[in-house]
Amino acid sequence: MWKFFHQWASPPHFYRLAKVLIPWLAVPGLLLIAYGTYAGLFLASPDYQQGDAFRIIYVHVPSAYLSMMAYVFMAVGGGIGLIWRLKLAHAVGAAAAPLGAAFTFLALLTGSIWGRPMWGTWWEWGDPRLTSELILLFLYFGYMALRSSIDDTAKADKASAVLALVGVINVVIVHFSVVWWSSLHQGQTLFKKGGPGMDADMLYPLLAMILGFTFVFGALLARRLRTEVLYRERRTRWVRELVLTPGGGR
Amino acid sequence: MSDSSQQQPGILAGLLAVTRRDLLLAWKRPGDVLNPLFFFAMVCTLFPLAVGPSPEQLTVSGPGVLWVAALLATLLSLNALFMGDHEDGSLDQLLVSPQPLPVLALGKTLSHWLISGFPLVLISPLLAMTYRMSTDVMGVLMLTLLLGTICLSLLGSIGAALTVGLHRGTALLSLLILPLAMPVLLLGANTVSLAAGNEVYATGIWALGAYVIAALSLAPFATAAALRISNE
Amino acid sequence: MDALAMGNYGAYVWSCFALTLIVIVFSDWRARVRHNQVYRDIEVRIKALEEQE
Repeated sequence: MWKFFHQWASPPHFYRLAKVLIPWLAVPGLLLIAYGTYAGLFLASPDYQQGDAFRIIYVHVPSAYLSMMAYVFMAVGGGIGLIWRLKLAHAVGAAAAPLGAAFTFLALLTGSIWGRPMWGTWWEWGDPRLTSELILLFLYFGYMALRSSIDDTAKADKASAVLALVGVINVVIVHFSVVWWSSLHQGQTLFKKGGPGMDADMLYPLLAMILGFTFVFGALLARRLRTEVLYRERRTRWVRELVLTPGGGR
Repeated sequence: MSDSSQQQPGILAGLLAVTRRDLLLAWKRPGDVLNPLFFFAMVCTLFPLAVGPSPEQLTVSGPGVLWVAALLATLLSLNALFMGDHEDGSLDQLLVSPQPLPVLALGKTLSHWLISGFPLVLISPLLAMTYRMSTDVMGVLMLTLLLGTICLSLLGSIGAALTVGLHRGTALLSLLILPLAMPVLLLGANTVSLAAGNEVYATGIWALGAYVIAALSLAPFATAAALRISNE
Repeated sequence: MDALAMGNYGAYVWSCFALTLIVIVFSDWRARVRHNQVYRDIEVRIKALEEQE
């Protein structure tokens, strides 16, 4: 098992495997998103309070979910990299950070646009979800800034892994403290504790979107990881052979 | 073998030695202690000048302003935490010392708090008075600042250890530490506000206390790991 | 047409979906560009070394 895992995680093998993997993640992901978009926009019945504005949930919630999942990827990758010295795990952190930041930004944008018709303002500090998402965006900025200011890749990997691990504890503390804080100020949330209480015609498109976003995230991450692996292994023999092969291994 | 281990000073002695050394250094350069305090006082002065001296506004915003100013003042002093030791090579000595590095890191953090955090707590009533804070609320302010600055020093030591020896250290350090420090600020400032509004504020104190305990038990290890990585 | 108007929330709903599309397409495009860039840099360096020998 351990041997199999090491072989799988070996850079040349991963580089080839990821290329095969990308379409298998991207195509189902895009199909799920296409279904979720159609069903969410046209089939689901409007919310009894928010009317058609609630349909923003179909892009807001999946991106908010991915923004946190990408952070977990960074922290788990960093942890594995520190403990078992697996280089590929550190590369996951490096590849996941910009994607996580992009989806955090998207969650903030869609949340803000959703808030405009619902609250009459583009930004509502009292909403715990938006506020903790904003702090999450700053955490991503810090992680990327630390990474880019250390030239030595191995050192940057380890330092940013420590930061990601400290940050993941912080994300939990941020969540609880912001919820406490907004309860003091009678915060307004965009949606009530919905979840399984939603009607099926509202819920299924949401689940399809979340799953589809996850697949697409996987494809994007695999693509960035290939670049990361190629760059880190640029002085090795397998990359040299790859590049010198006619047709190449792009 | 057994002889040399007996001669070695205990863990507490190592911690105190590091702390005492830093306190002595600070005593010889009082600017290190005074600059953050002046900074704290000045930020607190900026606010009434910017928004006007109306007493109602100052009472409402006082806790928040004092807390933000304390956070910024702590941040200002963090850069120096490992900088001097890194430059004169004594940090390398700490790294090769037989004492456990987390304990030494805790010693450095403790001295940082005694030099920058604790004096802030002591002068905070003076500034709180200018914001027309009542004596009871001042007590809560001092208690939250006491707990909060410990948290900030501990968190800050991780950031300072990660950025020691980097060129763009100061700006980067703020970028790393501010998002981590936001929950502390939120708990501290809102607890004081609750006390000022005669509401139940115990939750905030307990939460800050829990934060101190968690940070005390985890941060020294993260700082030690970061120091080793930065000095490879 | 009624379905597109989204009960007067059309501008908000559609701009959110458009932004999502932009972010996903942009992320993929950036990743492709960077991959090709890194690949080309390595290719140029290795081929230059090869010719020296």
